[in-house]
Amino acid sequence: MAQITLNTLAHTYTDQPRGPEDYAIREMVHVWEQGGAYALLGPSGCGKSTLLNIISGLLEPSNGEVLFDGKRVNELRPEERNIAQVFQFPVVYDTMTVYDNLAFPLRNVGVPEHKVKSKVYEVAEILELTEQLKRKAKGLSADQKQKVSMGRGLVRDDVSAILFDEPLTVIDPQLKWKLRRKLKQIHEQFNITMVYVTHDQLEASTFADKIAVMYEGQIVQFGTPRQLFENPAHTFVGYFIGSPGMNFFEAEVTPEHLRFGQSILPASRHMLDYLHEHGIHKVTMGIRPEFVHVWEGKNDDAYEVDVDFVEDLGTYKILSFKFHGQVMKARLSEDQKVPSGQAYISFPEQWTKVYVDDYLVEVHA
Amino acid sequence: MNKVENNKAWFLVLPVFAIVAFSAIIPLMTVVNYSVQDIFDPQTRYFVGTEWFKMVMTDSDLHGALLRQFIFSFTILAIEIPLGIAVALMMPTKGRGASLALILVAIPLLIPWNVVGTIWQIFGRGDIGLFGAAMNGLGIDYNYASNPMHAWLTVVLMDVWHWTPLVALLCYSGLRAIPEVYYQAARIDRASRWAVFRYIQLPKLTNVLIIGVLLRFMDSFMIYAEPFVLTGGGPGTSTTFLSQSLVTQAIGQFDLGPAAAFSLVYFLIILAVCWVFYTTIMNMQKDK
Repeated sequence: MAQITLNTLAHTYTDQPRGPEDYAIREMVHVWEQGGAYALLGPSGCGKSTLLNIISGLLEPSNGEVLFDGKRVNELRPEERNIAQVFQFPVVYDTMTVYDNLAFPLRNVGVPEHKVKSKVYEVAEILELTEQLKRKAKGLSADQKQKVSMGRGLVRDDVSAILFDEPLTVIDPQLKWKLRRKLKQIHEQFNITMVYVTHDQLEASTFADKIAVMYEGQIVQFGTPRQLFENPAHTFVGYFIGSPGMNFFEAEVTPEHLRFGQSILPASRHMLDYLHEHGIHKVTMGIRPEFVHVWEGKNDDAYEVDVDFVEDLGTYKILSFKFHGQVMKARLSEDQKVPSGQAYISFPEQWTKVYVDDYLVEVHA
Repeated sequence: MNKVENNKAWFLVLPVFAIVAFSAIIPLMTVVNYSVQDIFDPQTRYFVGTEWFKMVMTDSDLHGALLRQFIFSFTILAIEIPLGIAVALMMPTKGRGASLALILVAIPLLIPWNVVGTIWQIFGRGDIGLFGAAMNGLGIDYNYASNPMHAWLTVVLMDVWHWTPLVALLCYSGLRAIPEVYYQAARIDRASRWAVFRYIQLPKLTNVLIIGVLLRFMDSFMIYAEPFVLTGGGPGTSTTFLSQSLVTQAIGQFDLGPAAAFSLVYFLIILAVCWVFYTTIMNMQKDK
């Protein structure tokens, strides 16, 4: 049980890094609170697993510190950090029975056998492995093996944290959902800090209270699934979270407006003042397809755009249209009229985000 | 499922049949032929039934050689297998050290058998050999040519020197095939060094060890050139192993009938022991 702090942490795999692009983890400060259920979300190769291995101690960071409850643990080996980690591919000890596999992490530190037994049975019960306890781990199916792998982390209820590195990759879809629920329950029951690495936004948002989105070795946003959706702090978050991702387009800053092509875009006075003050002439604007307003007919507030096509996804439809030559998407609910040829859309100011150098510009009145 | 019956496919197997027949079955049949007949020349031969076999089975010289052979094979297995594993565990895995270690370990394997015998024959001599002189220098009256115990030790030492590298290389390749994540998981599970060996490395080595044990058993059971060059089977018959007895019988005394019978028995013993090893190791792996 611990609060995990990453203090000006950075990591590179090269001996002589020449620039930020040589760093798998770029300098970051981050705190994982004790007892939280966190997801670390990002595309392959963004440094998620590296970060996890640094926390568990399998990797030593090239810069900065890892602190457990304020105590520096950089020099401690994984064995000494009392941390559990579940890997992407199941690791079981083939020649041992399932029972012995689950008992292994406890026996290694000399936990008395009666306690081992009660703990193993408790975890086997939760993971529905009770019937397999006497079998050799070798003959198990991939998902049973992964449950055994997870179980070895869960039997240790005094761990500082449990780290999951895409643990459900090899599991069947139906079982995935069930196991994720299980993890959530276990989290609620034992109140252990859990960090869950994944590249699947659905997996992240069902498991975690707060999600850290990683991109090119940095945590670009840390927030609840709702915050990530409504207020992406970085264009990557807008693009990566949501399906389809956020619409982006470049807009020009004029004395009185933000302009895209011939269209004037909504922007608050404060925003304009801020942009002028900082001498910014070009911004990236982003709006989620869910928030694009599609009108029934011609309207003074609406832009006229050309409809490309409409995809029917069952409970909703995705409208693709061209706005000054740029392809964008809007989400139509089931009962909404489907425009053809021309559509009339507008961007509510509240949901139209302004980005400079990929980062969100927030101006408060 | 619909199976298509097409007996023409047998023709495709024909080349293999032909090769196996000429390389294995026909030569072996010749031996069988000799083992049940007394042949003086191609025209003069008599069928003797199992007489040669009876003779071979009751030959006390051969009993002695067989016993020595078993003791020798099990001794070198008991040394080479654990030692090979230990060497493999100690070999570096990365960088230039790894290549260097591989080359150094592989050197004994590249030396022809009778050269190995010659090397040790000189190496062990008290007057000009480094090993023999060193032993004598330590105050041990070492002489492999006159002391049967010393002859034995030298033959065993020579075989260990020559063949442990094979076991080590097999194990090394087996160890390299273990994914890094197993070691990581073991560290997370706070496993001791011994537990990592016992529950990760050894289980993953089982398959290469089967090959190692079988190869080393077969080869050591057929050992000929090295002790022949080193000790000539002596002093007395103390290092006379089965092949040497066989060669003496077949070529030295030209007793082709008994030698053929002996060969067959020899072959069956190797086959039987290999089968026992194989089944034992495979059973050890099974679900209890």
